[in-house]
Amino acid sequence: MSGGDGEVAFFDNVGLRYGTGKEILTDVSFSLWPGSFYFLTGASGAGKTSLLKLLYLAQRPSRGIIRMFGSDVITMPRSRLPGFRRRLGVVFQDFRLVDHLSAFDNVALPLRIAGVDESELVQPVSDMLEWVGLAHRSEARPETLSGGEKQRVAIARAVIGRPDILLADEPTGNVDPDMALKLMRLFESLNRLGTTVIVATHDVHLLQNVRSSMIMRLDKGRLADPTGALRYPPRKPASSEGQQ
Amino acid sequence: MSQPPLSDAARAGQSTFDGDKARALIPQARLAGPMPWVLAIMVALTVLAAGAGLSLGNLAGGARSELSGGATVQILDADPTTRAQQANAAQEALQSMDMVAQSRLVPQEELDALLEPWLGTAGDAETVPVPALIDVRLGGRATPEAMERLRDRLADVAPDARIDAQSSWLQPVFSALRSLQYLALALVLLLAVTSAAAVFLAARSALGNNRETIAIVHLLGGTDGQIAQLFQRAVLFDSILGGAVGLVLGLAAILGLGYQFAALDSGMIASAGLDWVDWILIALIPILGVVLAVATARFTVLAAVRKML
Repeated sequence: MSGGDGEVAFFDNVGLRYGTGKEILTDVSFSLWPGSFYFLTGASGAGKTSLLKLLYLAQRPSRGIIRMFGSDVITMPRSRLPGFRRRLGVVFQDFRLVDHLSAFDNVALPLRIAGVDESELVQPVSDMLEWVGLAHRSEARPETLSGGEKQRVAIARAVIGRPDILLADEPTGNVDPDMALKLMRLFESLNRLGTTVIVATHDVHLLQNVRSSMIMRLDKGRLADPTGALRYPPRKPASSEGQQ
Repeated sequence: MSQPPLSDAARAGQSTFDGDKARALIPQARLAGPMPWVLAIMVALTVLAAGAGLSLGNLAGGARSELSGGATVQILDADPTTRAQQANAAQEALQSMDMVAQSRLVPQEELDALLEPWLGTAGDAETVPVPALIDVRLGGRATPEAMERLRDRLADVAPDARIDAQSSWLQPVFSALRSLQYLALALVLLLAVTSAAAVFLAARSALGNNRETIAIVHLLGGTDGQIAQLFQRAVLFDSILGGAVGLVLGLAAILGLGYQFAALDSGMIASAGLDWVDWILIALIPILGVVLAVATARFTVLAAVRKML
């Protein structure tokens, strides 16, 4: 078993079941390295969203060990978890924007939660909205945004705090192919700045668009490692080593 | 696509989450909602109950201190001449005692006036014998030992004298007043519990209505304390407003009743007035109400969000 320094996330024999139902995830073991790009694939119902929930600390596993940034998050006191969540950026499949807040306020939310002064967040949030092409929609509420616009607001909110890990659940599910490609380029840009990116998708075409990516494939709750980079040699992917 | 404009601001590690933008996360019904008005009614009733309890306390205290050194001597002889002789002798004997601060033989005209509502003006002292009365003020308390000393002193000069401590007559009244005080205290406690229950239900309802927003704040790294604070602020505003309105209503009711009782012009009722300590205690009620409401909201929300990971 590893799980020491270096990995941003370490799973060892993790299992997850809801209530007394059957296991959704079984014996899931992997390590995620800083600055790497991972695709999490698998058919619908394979357990992708459940695995992401474990990663973004919305769910405790039924068994196994999970370390995030070198700390055991299963036995960790609840009071320390918010600090870890602030190091994560999450793009939810259903966006989960706050309906009564504007696009600007939705994107600013992680900064406000982190206690950033109002005067210090206006410029970063405006820049981020401009970067995702929504500067002109900053005052719009989610109900007036299209699916693609909501997607971009959700992405802007996920990355505004410069997360160590970006988790995206089917981020291209609501956008056309051109926008999907743009979003992938956006994730790559973020990845080049050192953020570990995990994109859950069942769109096989996306996998070909990020050359240095690694693939984690879930099949009925069990994890396969088609690129051989998750747990056994090579311990650290080449792209990660290059950035160390 | 160009490089994303990432902000390092979120890594500053500050923990406050305040201001209008934080307040906007949980939309408020404010005056349109029932909470301020429910709290206003609760505070008004609490102020009224507390005012009544304090007033009864003052009434009982005043009466007790007034009567604690009081005694009444009745000369029960049916013969008016003998009665008058014994009354005068008793009055002289009492005035010679060190333990007696003051004694007054109640004039016959005063007794007649007291009995007029029952006996009319045509009363005859011989057909309806009325005891002679001496109102006695002792230097100390009218204890059983003091009463015994009075009886010993008067036994020779006024063998038909009956001596009673005035406070013993009013003992049932004091008991009733104490019961009313306990009742007022129980009402204050019940109203406090009811107010807390109302805030608890309102907080639970607000939690339900804002469940998705709370989940998002939680997943973005919001702490339990930050989430609780969002609701505390709303309850703080509502309870301050409700407390102020309730205090005004309660004070208006107390002052209205006070003027009505003052019009009775009774010495006993006069001692039931509220002093400045009582007014301070009453003024504290809405403040305690605000503290209770905010604390209830905090604990309710914390208990709910702790169920999340």
